[in-house]
Amino acid sequence: MSTSSVSKGCFVFKPSAKKKKQLSLEDHFTDGCEGAENSEVRFKLCQLLWERIKTDTEVLQDELNRKVLDSLLDLTRKCSSTRQHSDWASKMRASEIPTAALVLGVNVPDHDMTFQSLSEQLQQSVTPHVASVQAKECGTLKHLMKRVLEKLTGTDVAVDDDEEEEEAEQTSAPLLKGTHCSLGTLCDWYNTKRKKSSSGTPGKKRSSPAKDEQQQPPVVIIFKDLEAFNPRVLQSFILICSLYIERLPLMFIFGIATSPSTIQHMLPHSVSSLLCIELFQSLSCTQHLATVIDKFILTHQFPFKLNGKVMQVLISIFLYHDFSVRNFIKGVQLALLEHFHSQPLSVLCCAKKEALLNVTQLSVRDLERIRQLPSFKRYVERQETEEQVRLLKDDGYLKDVCQRLIKDLRKYHKNYYPVLRCLHTLASSLPRYPLGKQIRELHLICLEKNVWENEDYQSAMKLLKMLAKEELVMLLQRCAEILQQVKSKKMKNALNQLEEMLVKFKQLDTAKAAVESVPDVEESFTSPVKNLQKKTDLFQLQKTLLELNESRRSKKLSPFEVLRNEAIDFIDGLVKSHLSPPESQTLNEVCYYSSSATVRRHLNATPRTSIQAALNTPYYYIQNDSLKTEDGSVSNAAPDICIAYKLHLECGRLINLFDWLEAYATVVSGAEGNDPDSEDFGKVDQVKHARFIQAVSELEFLGFIKSTKQKTDHVARLTWGGC
Amino acid sequence: MSALSQHPGYEEEKLQRVREQLPCRENQAGLLLSLLGQPQQYSYPSIFIYGHRASGKSHVMQVLLKELELPHATVSCVECVSNSLLFEQVLLSLFGCEAAAMLTRKPSLSDFVRIYRHQCSQSPATQTRYIVMEKAELLRDADANLLPALLRLQELVEDNVTVILLSEISWDKFRPNTGCFEPLLLHFPDYSKGELQQILSQDRHPSYSAEFYSSYVNILLGVFFSVCRDLRELRHLAALNFSKFCEPLAEGKVKETDTHKLWRNIEPHLKKAMQTVYLREVSSLQWEQMQQMEEKEAGALRGLSAHTHVELPYYSKFLLIAAYLASYNPARADKRFFLKHAGKIKKTNFLKKNEKTSNHLLGPKPFPLDRLLAIFYSVVDSRVAPTASIFSQISSLVTLQLLSQVSHDDQLDAPKYKCAVSLDFIRAISRTVNFEIVKYLYDFL
Repeated sequence: MSTSSVSKGCFVFKPSAKKKKQLSLEDHFTDGCEGAENSEVRFKLCQLLWERIKTDTEVLQDELNRKVLDSLLDLTRKCSSTRQHSDWASKMRASEIPTAALVLGVNVPDHDMTFQSLSEQLQQSVTPHVASVQAKECGTLKHLMKRVLEKLTGTDVAVDDDEEEEEAEQTSAPLLKGTHCSLGTLCDWYNTKRKKSSSGTPGKKRSSPAKDEQQQPPVVIIFKDLEAFNPRVLQSFILICSLYIERLPLMFIFGIATSPSTIQHMLPHSVSSLLCIELFQSLSCTQHLATVIDKFILTHQFPFKLNGKVMQVLISIFLYHDFSVRNFIKGVQLALLEHFHSQPLSVLCCAKKEALLNVTQLSVRDLERIRQLPSFKRYVERQETEEQVRLLKDDGYLKDVCQRLIKDLRKYHKNYYPVLRCLHTLASSLPRYPLGKQIRELHLICLEKNVWENEDYQSAMKLLKMLAKEELVMLLQRCAEILQQVKSKKMKNALNQLEEMLVKFKQLDTAKAAVESVPDVEESFTSPVKNLQKKTDLFQLQKTLLELNESRRSKKLSPFEVLRNEAIDFIDGLVKSHLSPPESQTLNEVCYYSSSATVRRHLNATPRTSIQAALNTPYYYIQNDSLKTEDGSVSNAAPDICIAYKLHLECGRLINLFDWLEAYATVVSGAEGNDPDSEDFGKVDQVKHARFIQAVSELEFLGFIKSTKQKTDHVARLTWGGC
Repeated sequence: MSALSQHPGYEEEKLQRVREQLPCRENQAGLLLSLLGQPQQYSYPSIFIYGHRASGKSHVMQVLLKELELPHATVSCVECVSNSLLFEQVLLSLFGCEAAAMLTRKPSLSDFVRIYRHQCSQSPATQTRYIVMEKAELLRDADANLLPALLRLQELVEDNVTVILLSEISWDKFRPNTGCFEPLLLHFPDYSKGELQQILSQDRHPSYSAEFYSSYVNILLGVFFSVCRDLRELRHLAALNFSKFCEPLAEGKVKETDTHKLWRNIEPHLKKAMQTVYLREVSSLQWEQMQQMEEKEAGALRGLSAHTHVELPYYSKFLLIAAYLASYNPARADKRFFLKHAGKIKKTNFLKKNEKTSNHLLGPKPFPLDRLLAIFYSVVDSRVAPTASIFSQISSLVTLQLLSQVSHDDQLDAPKYKCAVSLDFIRAISRTVNFEIVKYLYDFL
């Protein structure tokens, strides 16, 4: 670009903003999207579902944390009011800083949301003065002090943020010019603020201004991650605060990730004695996850579904790696996006009415796609030949069938979840939890294959047939409660049957009372046992035991047992008719996202594996046909680093650089097409030398080798295993 | 009592008030006053007062300076993160805010001296000015010239000024290498039992008689004096347990004078409080609640240290176990534990002399990252891909302070860690994943 300037110099040209068209989210979505014609609709559906997830999770989190937050709010209110009281006990306690230790669990990424809603609620209902600080921005006492002052004294500081970065090292911060960052300044600020608010503006935002004026709103400082703070910084900060506690109604909230005893580890007695600590425990993250799964996964109202493998990936990331519900939801979001992005038929993944409407608007290509779906193919195979032809030729007919199938799929979901819950209520009462403690485990089993073919299921059924009466009745009652909430014909029928059974169980009681039954069975039953008590040899014992077993089996079942078997068989029937895996359903591809590899690759990245893959098989990334090789060897045309890597795999712990260079030169000469018999073959010229050095230093940068002092001109391998 | 009665230059009335506010510290206060001399006289340049925590150092200084209306500046060294804050506070309280405003952005000591002199020439001292530095031990970490300069500030500014340093540490630990002006040393001894009784009895409950409260204090001291002589802690304990002490009175079972019955009532509670003395296990508020519900559900509220259970993700648990093993086993023993068919090595021949002492007595040793991972992969029962989240778990264990990084943050190449959890903790963790850690620990072979 040219300038009108005469002199030489550097000129900055800012790119004009208009030229570059800002790509919207939708454009990104459509870009490279499979089946672009209905991408708009899919994008909208996707957005809609994501919005729903987002708002619902927020509401959910608020609900779950309500108890803890409410008690925290109570504490702050109390501490601001007790300060006013002058009874003996609170006077004796006046020098202590009220502190809440909030134990949140190790899922640190989730805490942000909790703290945000906490500070919002505090600001709304208790005090306008809330500052929350994080360890990473408060390395030293000075910075901590500055942060606290900035956050409390208001927004005008935040404006010249850039300036502050430069001046961070200097002692006096730009806020409140001329004065230093100390709690003294904060005290003055607080007093003027109070005076102002009490003298002027009677119509304040807060709910009860009259009440607020009498008491001082406390100044709340939230330490989001206590463990990460430098203990010395924290100690001196608390010491300073305690000097001002008489003038400034301070209060702390510690966010603790591990256990409350960290407070004792971090603060010596001289400091912790200045605090009046109260403990709060939030809900555990596994419970949180359970509610989230309950809300989004185990319901027919949410059209988007995850298949078993994807669920497994997401849940194992949660359990094995981070315990973070937020990351779990992010994973669901990723799957959602991928699904709508890559599956053109996902237009049908929405509420019933919309889906039926969308079926009518399917294009010819989409219909062809439907015919290609494996589940649909299977469906077609099951039909009569005439029907098959119609399905494959007649588009209009296909649309009708699709509508029916979509309805069927919905019905399947409608029945699936209640039955799943029923089965879980029954199975979770059994010892050793044969079908899993959590409902999500059972769900995973059901997603994978027919649950009734599972060994654990069969053993669970056997165990269920041994339940005592009270327990069984109670469990069945709970099942009935679950079924009651469902509006579907089949479930209504099931409910009726179940209730009939429950009535029968009750009648059994009265019947039993009337007739003192089965004394004769008792009789025959006890006789072999009596025989047992006699001294017998081993053979005899075995025989009698066998007999005993036989007699028990042939024993006439009591009415309760008959009924029990009936009930369990009924449940078994329900399971068999409704809990078949989704893969067996036609058109399941519309709703189910199944690419677990994508999810895993995105969420649980393996940098080392991908580096090694790149070095071993460069074709994988470069996609150059000349690099294609069989049997895992590297072609000699591969990038230098790949060749060097491959060669180094053949070495032991220490690599002689010269040998390595020789081998490299041989391989590269082969690639150049030199005659293997000529004299120059395998000779090291300067270019090859330089290329080799570069490859080696790249390998060093990637962490495969390092220089060693054990031997000159050797390098040490840092990975083990050969080729 | 005589120590505080006659000091020329101070009004008798004020001295009387001082005396009332300083029970059990008359001697020290008297000595101090005689050191300070009459207000207009020059005093000794610097005085160093030391004594244990809560032995009344700051209190005595404050009462003296306030009641006798002497010009003074009190500065707490914790608060002064930089010299400029310290200078500012001194100038502010001695000369007002104009003087403080004259300080530059990053004032040096000589700036301070210059401004002080300037101010001093405008308003010459008619009385000795006092600068009290609390928690003076922190001055040692400040600039090297600050402490020596403060000690002879009187010479530097040519003013009638005395610097008084208060500290919990004796002067021997202060003396800089380069030598300095020696201040006058004054020691505040600990309170005796009688004195504690006298002081504690002062903050009596308004609705009960003084004798009643002092008999309570007597009982309290009888229990706690052997383990705790810290006035502050005792005061805290007194406040905690008093309501329980009064309970039978409120119920009308006992009269105030019936000390024996009161004693029988309070004793078990005090014994219980004894277990958690100094720990501040529960807040005073919660303690009261605990006392109230007591018999019904005492288990519901537990102290801070009762909650040691930490829930961790599955692999984090194994990482922590691996870290523990790496920290407490000698590296040469790894082969024996984690290699198949390694055979048994006899412990005695195998080790050098210094390794024979229990590793658990010596504390955790640092280990490099690759050793941690090697142990991790052999300990964890399934195949684990070396994903990024495994590595991020290590660093999140560091932020949770379950591991600590020994090498510097900047060192990316082969960082070293230490395991920072106790044996009990790791046992609890390994129990949840069915891993028998004791079998893998060299100390327990």
